[in-house]
Amino acid sequence: MDQVGGAPAPSGDSALALAKVPSGIQGLDEITAGGLPKGRPTLVVGKAGSGKTLFAMQFLVNGAVHYDEPGVFVSFEETAEDLVKNVRSLGFDLPGLIEEEKLSIDYVRIEKSEIEETGEYDLDGLFIRLGYAIDSIGAKRVALDTIEVLFSGLSNEGIIRAELRRLLSWLKEKGVTAVVTGESGQGECLTRHGLEEYVSDAVILLDHRVTNQISTRRLRIVKYRGSTHGTNEYPFLITAREGIVIMPVTTLGLEHEALEDRVSTGIERLDAMLGGRGYYRGSSVLISGAPGSGKTSFAAAFADAACRRGERCLYFAFEESPSQIVRNMRSIGIDLQAWIDAGNLEIRSSRPTAYGLETHLATMLRDVQIFRPDAVVVDPISSLITVGSEADTKAMLIRFVDYLKVNQITGLFTDLTRADGSPEQARIEMSSLMDVWILLKFIESGSERDRGLYILKSRGMAHSNQVREVIITDEGIDLADVYLGPGGVLTGSARYISEMEEGEEVRNREDELRARRIEADRKRKVLEARIAALQAECQGVQTEFDRFSRELDRKKRAQSEERGHLARMRQADRAAREHDREQ
Amino acid sequence: MSTQQEMTDEENGEVWELRLYVAGQTPKSLAAFANLKKFCEEHLCGRYRIEVIDLIEHPQLARGDQIVAVPTLVRKLPPPLRKIIGDLSNTEKVLVGLDIRPGNKT
Repeated sequence: MDQVGGAPAPSGDSALALAKVPSGIQGLDEITAGGLPKGRPTLVVGKAGSGKTLFAMQFLVNGAVHYDEPGVFVSFEETAEDLVKNVRSLGFDLPGLIEEEKLSIDYVRIEKSEIEETGEYDLDGLFIRLGYAIDSIGAKRVALDTIEVLFSGLSNEGIIRAELRRLLSWLKEKGVTAVVTGESGQGECLTRHGLEEYVSDAVILLDHRVTNQISTRRLRIVKYRGSTHGTNEYPFLITAREGIVIMPVTTLGLEHEALEDRVSTGIERLDAMLGGRGYYRGSSVLISGAPGSGKTSFAAAFADAACRRGERCLYFAFEESPSQIVRNMRSIGIDLQAWIDAGNLEIRSSRPTAYGLETHLATMLRDVQIFRPDAVVVDPISSLITVGSEADTKAMLIRFVDYLKVNQITGLFTDLTRADGSPEQARIEMSSLMDVWILLKFIESGSERDRGLYILKSRGMAHSNQVREVIITDEGIDLADVYLGPGGVLTGSARYISEMEEGEEVRNREDELRARRIEADRKRKVLEARIAALQAECQGVQTEFDRFSRELDRKKRAQSEERGHLARMRQADRAAREHDREQ
Repeated sequence: MSTQQEMTDEENGEVWELRLYVAGQTPKSLAAFANLKKFCEEHLCGRYRIEVIDLIEHPQLARGDQIVAVPTLVRKLPPPLRKIIGDLSNTEKVLVGLDIRPGNKT
């Protein structure tokens, strides 16, 4: 366990602290800050079927296997053969341990119908048997399960009580750590025959409560003389592989570290809406929505993205079986089976009504401990309400969310909102626990329901406050901008039509532009042609003029030459020649 | 004090095999043995065998006959197995316990 709620920190003055022996029972040693009192008896009380025998047996087997402390199991109810059979499924090899002289089982049968009592007697026979068993294997641990059978087997209660007192002090003298089991009593009495009178060092109560036909196992340390201990009721499981497993989880402090690291939501556009990078690692995300609004698809996309990053994801499903989820998600292009096969993903399906809330919590935490995921999906949390009250469910989820946060696991929770209620009215008032809250809401218009996505909150990051339309296709989930037209927000086919209309208009304008461009081109060409013609004409005029001008010059020259010639011929005066030259 | 008392009855052929478990020579075990001896002489004259087992000397034997209390008298034969615990001070209860009809007296 990473955190223990309600359990004290081990005290510093270990010299004065009570010597303890580890029970080896998962979680118990944390609650008791070390285990059971060494060399003293511990009373384990519970009703029939509460796990007393298993508790005692686990204590002995763990001692024999892990702590080199052989043990003697004195069974007053079950034969050695039955005990061997009953715990074999837990992987306890009792015959092997007996062979190695690490364990000794003594079945004490007291059959009232075979026994006649006459006069004085004592229980030295039991002492001798037990003493012999202890000495022959050097036992350090003893279990008496359940010694109360003496009261039903023998009639002289005075003798039994005196002998019990003697037996327990004798066990203390021997220095063995004992577990004495006892049946729960009625009213003020802890045990039916008042065993607590003789075993007063430590008392552990195993409770098996059934509320609304759902059972929950709980363990409580009623008393632990000379030691501090966790005082809460701790849920425990009896698992097929480990036997009793206690989950000492209570509300943890708000001391978890906030990570800067981001993880993808699995939907590109949603990442973009959340500041471009998705959720914070280790944050908790609530996706609430009406039935069929796509919560599971969002959860699957998130799980898929986690696996794609090479991380591990644990998916708790309360409504669908693993194969059903795999099949359904395949239809939207998310192949979860591949991740299951690769070992990145595990889907744990269970009916909410299968166990009580505490057992659910304990099972889920145990699964998280074993699987060590980076991301966890719970789909949906609202189902758990069928098991417990709203307050209980919330308390349980707070503990689960806290556990995930402390261990920096990103959690995604889906929540079914009532179709009729306000969409912001989450079924369980969970939103304050959550860092990101995404609401999937149906937008009804034009006789259809379209999925709208709103980010109601996202702590610590800039996020889009716009509504997006969720489009789920064969290829996955996509988000589309909703159409903001003159008629307001449009989604679905209305959006599509509006977009079409707008497109048409644009196309029309483009066509016109093209036509006008052609027309303009044509006109320009005509004008250019005219310009060319005029230029040609202009050229012609100039040429004509030039030609005329040259002609005139030539004529002038010819005339003057002619005049000069005449003058020379007439010996004209210089002035006349000058005059001619000037011209 | 592993004492063996053997007396056989030729007429009946039925032998009562009795085993008395004790833990040391305590007043209770001595009383039980004395009471048993007296009782057998009275009711099963010559047709009984008593074996006394001291568990302090043979602790491993306690398991076999499921001994919890001492003294315990076990009727091994005739079947079925019967047990009487205590110092056997109440003769009537011993008779019931051993299933001997008072008329069985020889």
